[in-house]
Amino acid sequence: MSIGIVSAAYIAAAILFILSLGGLSGQESAKRAVWYGITGMALAVLATVIGPGIGHEFLIVLMVAIGAAVGTYVASKVEMTQMPQLVAALHSFVGLAAVFIGLNADLELGRVLPALLAHGDLAQFTGFAAKVAAKDAVELSMLKVELFLGVFIGAITFTGSVVAFGKLAGKIDGKPKKLPGGHMINATALAASVILLFVFYATGSMWSLLLMTVIAGFIGWHLIMGIGGADMPVVVSMLNSYSGWAAAAIGFTLGNDLLIVTGALVGSSGAILSYIMCKAMNRSFISVILGGFGGTTGPAMEISGEMVAIDSDGVAAALNDADSVIIVPGYGMAVAQAQQAVSELTRKLRAAGKNVRFGIHPVAGRLPGHMNVLLAEAKVPYDIVLEMDEINDDFPNTDVAIVIGSNDIVNPAAEEDPNSPIAGMPVLEVWKAKQVIVMKRGQGTGYSGIENPLFYKENTRMFYGDAKKSLDELLPKIA
Amino acid sequence: MNIEGGHGVKIGAPKEIFAGEARVAMTPDSAVQLKKLGYDCVIETGAGAAAGFADAAYEAVGVEVVKTAAALFKAADVVVKVRGPEDVEAKRLRDGQTLISFFYPAQNAELLETCKGRGANVIAMDMVPRISRAQKMDALSSMANIAGYRAVIEAANNFGRFFTGQVTAAGKVPPAKVLIVGAGVAGLAAIGTATSLGAITYAFDVRPEVAEQIESMGANFVYLEFEPTQDGAATGGYAAPSSPEFREKQLAKFRELAPDMDIVITTALIPGRPAPKLWLEDMVKAMKPGSVVVDLAAERGGNCDLTIPDQKIVSDNGVTVVGYTDFPSRMAAQASTLYSNNIRHMLTDLTPGKDGVVVHNMEDDVIRGATVTYQGAITFPPPPPKIAAIAAAKPKPKAKELTPEEKRAAEKAAFQQATKSQVTLLAVGTLVMLLIGAVAPADFMSHFIVFALACFVGFQVIWNVSHALHTPLMAVTNAISGIIILGALLQIGSGSGLVVVLASVAVLIASINIVGGFLVTRRMLAMFQKS
Repeated sequence: MSIGIVSAAYIAAAILFILSLGGLSGQESAKRAVWYGITGMALAVLATVIGPGIGHEFLIVLMVAIGAAVGTYVASKVEMTQMPQLVAALHSFVGLAAVFIGLNADLELGRVLPALLAHGDLAQFTGFAAKVAAKDAVELSMLKVELFLGVFIGAITFTGSVVAFGKLAGKIDGKPKKLPGGHMINATALAASVILLFVFYATGSMWSLLLMTVIAGFIGWHLIMGIGGADMPVVVSMLNSYSGWAAAAIGFTLGNDLLIVTGALVGSSGAILSYIMCKAMNRSFISVILGGFGGTTGPAMEISGEMVAIDSDGVAAALNDADSVIIVPGYGMAVAQAQQAVSELTRKLRAAGKNVRFGIHPVAGRLPGHMNVLLAEAKVPYDIVLEMDEINDDFPNTDVAIVIGSNDIVNPAAEEDPNSPIAGMPVLEVWKAKQVIVMKRGQGTGYSGIENPLFYKENTRMFYGDAKKSLDELLPKIA
Repeated sequence: MNIEGGHGVKIGAPKEIFAGEARVAMTPDSAVQLKKLGYDCVIETGAGAAAGFADAAYEAVGVEVVKTAAALFKAADVVVKVRGPEDVEAKRLRDGQTLISFFYPAQNAELLETCKGRGANVIAMDMVPRISRAQKMDALSSMANIAGYRAVIEAANNFGRFFTGQVTAAGKVPPAKVLIVGAGVAGLAAIGTATSLGAITYAFDVRPEVAEQIESMGANFVYLEFEPTQDGAATGGYAAPSSPEFREKQLAKFRELAPDMDIVITTALIPGRPAPKLWLEDMVKAMKPGSVVVDLAAERGGNCDLTIPDQKIVSDNGVTVVGYTDFPSRMAAQASTLYSNNIRHMLTDLTPGKDGVVVHNMEDDVIRGATVTYQGAITFPPPPPKIAAIAAAKPKPKAKELTPEEKRAAEKAAFQQATKSQVTLLAVGTLVMLLIGAVAPADFMSHFIVFALACFVGFQVIWNVSHALHTPLMAVTNAISGIIILGALLQIGSGSGLVVVLASVAVLIASINIVGGFLVTRRMLAMFQKS
């Protein structure tokens, strides 16, 4: 197949990818959008394989078959609560692939270069090597920078995603941890990488590239280790962005426009998601990456009152009397796997003619949109699942607000206490409802360690216990 | 700190001896709860009879029944009562015994002396501080709630018409108009009851901040044109006496309302003072015959000029004025249930170990506030509590109203700002491009154009993605970033052993990405269903 047809296929694939992302603007069009993506990908891969200069077809088919089998297995087995881990794991694959391809490019460069300098027979090279052989001196040095960048970003993405995966899957402690020296180590490592870039540029030595790979891998590991569990939505979208930039950098290395376009699409998508997440936490991107909450500016406002517990009978009575209910789920719902029970509760309340809606904070859960997916899995209709901005004004007219496993995103201190570490963060104003029921495991503070005055408000009742067990106990009592 | 214990501590409730008092301080239900705290319970025979709790019901939950009050006072370590002790009861108290009941120590100095002389520790339920933590033992509120409800029922009983308006085949019935004066706990309960019976309800209070509560209960707040002079929060949520000018305004408003109102329920009380006279004789005269005034402040002299405590009278123009003082007792079963719960909560606070040992902790704000005699000394009045009952109302800063010109100017400034930052960005971007273009080879630049355009397209497209689909977005971008497989495919046929190995591993993991990503996205999107 000629280069022209391959390019045509690439253009079609690029457009299909853009349509695929654009289609995610609505739930219904999204179902079609996935098919655009699949078609685009199939087109791109087929065109490349059939195109000129590709060998080892059997190996390719074998590898793709194994990969497809593993992918299918993982995709069909994964629980919706485990989506954050899966996404992180998939990011790490892209990062690793980028590192391999970058190293390969250097290996090929090393093989082609002597022949090029000796003005030897260039016709012996096929595929990628032939492409390298066709480059002039400036293009060759550009290639070095490109592949260096590709490997650098790829390595950070890889180790960072592995750590993120570990934290999300609970295999690594979710608390922020840093080596002594903290960000100074990262800065030093970054500086070392820059120096290695110059070394590599000047000498083209393989060891500088490999050393940089190790250092970049360390940066990724250390950076994500220092970020706590509740900041994971930002981290995951940031890694999403990186995996895109890694692909784009590899695209430059290989001179492949489809890779560049797709990488740029994914990169900007991740960047926007990170921005939205940061905005929802009223924090700058830098402060999230640097880890931990910023210093407080004064003593926290004193909280008066006490937490008043309530049992399932009390909750049932409150819900049976209510006309309108808003449920605010958080990561705790995912942990307790309570989404089915929540859905059942919603069904019962709606069957009784009550107005039940969900309020979702942008950073609820460990992944952007995590709660929406969990509720969708439990068959909660998406038109009653609303965003924070859509529902915040409705709390004063609501009889009961149920907070399930969320803490900071419903913390009134964000609005009332200028000294609170989360002051200014937009929050769901549940306390304006006539009654608030907080389902919570114990009396402790959440991930951030910030006291939540909501629990002490007069219209708040604490319904202690595992969310799923509590709901199972509650369900039969709902009329 | 006084710690009682060792033997099984007994809590006893005698029969109330005040004439007409039907309530009892311990119900079978509360006895069960008290046992959980580790106490034994004892009751005088017939104590609960008037409230509908038979001796057998107490015995069924393991409460000991004794024959006489004297025996009960002897058996019990903690005596719980509704009304404050009569002289004969006070004399039965012994050293170290605890008495929990209503007491009104300010009005009963002599009784206080007697109790002190007997060495008893007295906790006055009416002295429980009004802080959030103590709400569960605020017996004044729970009794006021009942009084408010009962006042409306009493009014309805004496009122010859429906509360709710009806259009029937036999003719049209106008709804009754009810005015509630004083929106404390009793007032709010009365509002709730009156509105749920279907009456058109109006309510008045000197504290303008309760307007919201009044309206939330479904009544219309009677608005008075007057500069607010007092902050109710400063007095612990209670009303304070008002200035003469204010009073005049208020009475004028009542005069205006009086001819229209079918039912007036007054609940105005000022702590430590006689009830203010708010519904004067001329207002009663102005009311229609058959109308009803219920005066919940009768015990303290009444808000209405015509009120005679404990009696129901009919004025010359046929207005019924109810001055009963025992509304809670008229609903003895309900009142006893709530009051015994208040008592039980008080005992829960007195029993931190839940082990049947009374720990009279004078450091505790609530316990200290309610204790009026302790270890042979009078501890009334208590020092002010450490926590304010209600946060002082802060004046809300008003957002400045912008004139149209100012608004336009602000918009223009914002637009210019946006233009400026955009132009700056573009200029910087162009400069960077030019710099790169100066050194980079043409081949690179052609790729770079593609890259820059793709970034722009990406930004435009992604902003439109709905928030709810962010997880599918991540999954799909994950799948798409598997496009990196192309790089591996291009290299796999390119030469030496290591390259082939690395490239084929890259192909493998990129395929996992592509297939896994797309499939999981499909799975997720299929779940989103409309109701």
